[in-house]
Amino acid sequence: MSANLTLLIIIGVLTACGVYLILERAVSRMLLGMILVGNAVNLLILTSGGPSGAAPFLGSGAETDEMADPLAQAMVLTAIVITMGLAAFVLALAYRSYQLTTTDDVQTDQDDAEIAARRDGEEPDQ
Amino acid sequence: MTLSADLITVLAPLPVLVPMLAAALCLIFGRSPRVQGTVMIVALAAIVVIAGMLLFLADRDGTTALQVGGWDTPIGITLVVDRLSSGMLLVSSIVLLAVAIYGAGQNIRDGDDRQPTSIYRPSYLVLTAGIAVAFLAGDLFNLFVGFEILLAASFVLLTVGATTERIRAGIAYVMVSMLSSLIFLIGIALVYAITGTVNLAQLAVRLETVPEGVRTGAYAVLLVAFAIKAAMFPLSNWLPDSYPSAPAPVTAVFAGLLTKVGVYAIIRTNSLFFPDGAFDDILMVCGLLTMLVGILGAIAQNDIRRVLSFTLVSHIGYMIFGVALSSEAGMSGAVYYVAHHILVQTALFLVAGLIERQAGSTSLRRLGGLAAASPVLGLLYLVPALNLGGIPPFSGFIGKAALLQAGTDDGSVLAWVLVAGSVVTSLLTLYVVALVWAKAFWRPRAEAPEGHLAAARPPTLVEDSTDVLYDERVDPGRMPALMLVSTAGLIAVGLAMTVLAGPILDIADRAAEELRDPAVYTGAVLGSPQEYR
Repeated sequence: MSANLTLLIIIGVLTACGVYLILERAVSRMLLGMILVGNAVNLLILTSGGPSGAAPFLGSGAETDEMADPLAQAMVLTAIVITMGLAAFVLALAYRSYQLTTTDDVQTDQDDAEIAARRDGEEPDQ
Repeated sequence: MTLSADLITVLAPLPVLVPMLAAALCLIFGRSPRVQGTVMIVALAAIVVIAGMLLFLADRDGTTALQVGGWDTPIGITLVVDRLSSGMLLVSSIVLLAVAIYGAGQNIRDGDDRQPTSIYRPSYLVLTAGIAVAFLAGDLFNLFVGFEILLAASFVLLTVGATTERIRAGIAYVMVSMLSSLIFLIGIALVYAITGTVNLAQLAVRLETVPEGVRTGAYAVLLVAFAIKAAMFPLSNWLPDSYPSAPAPVTAVFAGLLTKVGVYAIIRTNSLFFPDGAFDDILMVCGLLTMLVGILGAIAQNDIRRVLSFTLVSHIGYMIFGVALSSEAGMSGAVYYVAHHILVQTALFLVAGLIERQAGSTSLRRLGGLAAASPVLGLLYLVPALNLGGIPPFSGFIGKAALLQAGTDDGSVLAWVLVAGSVVTSLLTLYVVALVWAKAFWRPRAEAPEGHLAAARPPTLVEDSTDVLYDERVDPGRMPALMLVSTAGLIAVGLAMTVLAGPILDIADRAAEELRDPAVYTGAVLGSPQEYR
């Protein structure tokens, strides 16, 4: 099986950009990063199904070995739908977060900060 | 085809179908909480019965596979019922039912028009369906879909009410979960590119012929995805950050079940793809660090829910230890320990919810004098707490003893280090739960640093409460009967794991035997595995 180099490079670039964005603290950028990585993964699944070919329909006239792999496409479709649904949910979360805190950044966990600020030898609940 | 094989094929899809249909009914009857509640309890009770029958049939007849939709293996959607999946299903459904009753007792209701809790019950049922899909799935992609169903439902449940704290925790949780799902998808794509299939049984057959390095690399990606979901160190830090802020029943069911679905995925794939144990060493090291880092984190916390979240992470290490031994005894111990831990951890989080009701807080800076204020609550806390700490004769002791025995049987240096680590973790767990006991239950409330403060009113699903003086809170000390009964019931089921330890361990042994021999699984799904190479 020969791999499509262009697609692989696109996958790499998308993933790299996505990871960079996910490491940001702003919710909108993290979401954009997730979407980029999600698209990279979708392309990866498509690539894993082998080279492109004829439409995989019975009676379409094409031989079986000329057809594209339908299973990979089915999986990509499912993955696209799931990513879209979750992205919509994150957008709602981001908007609600902006309403409550008037900033797009993820807030620090207050309890965590308190415990981290505790000095040596202090009782846990003092 | 015998009658019981027919029965199992009828029963197997029901744990997925029933909650999905019930969720649809709940959405239709969104304006009538009474109907919603009845539908939910009836559906969950039905699943308990179905899962019990599945376990009985699977234990009697062995592994059975079902092709949903009539497509042949390995193209169709495969559901596989064996002792492990049906056992996990039974324990999960018991927990889900108990927590649902607890939630009903908590009097979850619509606060006002802007806080629609009518979404709580449908989401809870969808979560149930997702968990069932994940346990029964016979192919990797279905496992992924199951994870997504339960994650999407868990996002809604975690952020219900949309208060500042829950949104903060929710964003972190959603991002981590999405990332782990994407890594899972990368793993699926790699596996599919290598073998041309996602059917677990066919994968097990085909991966044998794949070069060592290639299959190790592909499986490592999957393992990272599962380890995030199972909260295995070093991928565990999201859990104590996000769980404590959710409503009590939601945290309880998440703590009991969601991480265990990840552990289940590790058990299933590891035993099928690498029966020779290629990942044993790294799993052991991660298991050890999970135990120690988790429990040391728990010592530092000053909120009961956060303490419990850290002990949850810590005890995942025991299950990983059992899996990593790659022996029947280790696997059997891990299976028993998963069941024990689901029950006891959920019970403890439910008790934390009761404490919040009774005393207006779960912060150790505020609590005190609970043993005198409510002896029942003291008993309800003490039994699962000692159980978690591994005091004989509770199931925690039996599970740990089984794992330690398996570890000493293994005899390698790493296994002995793990045995020592397990004992230390067990002692530290006891220290942590005793610390909570000493502060929340024995110390007079006047001695607590912030003992004069409490939440103004008992927490419900959506409302955050403001702080008032302890004496001025509304509805003080009232614990609804249903909340008490469901918590006590769950603790009783946990105790039954001690009384029935013999039969349950026998089932765990047989499940381990089945898991250690991938040919049983591949044979049940594919018929004659050699044809599918």
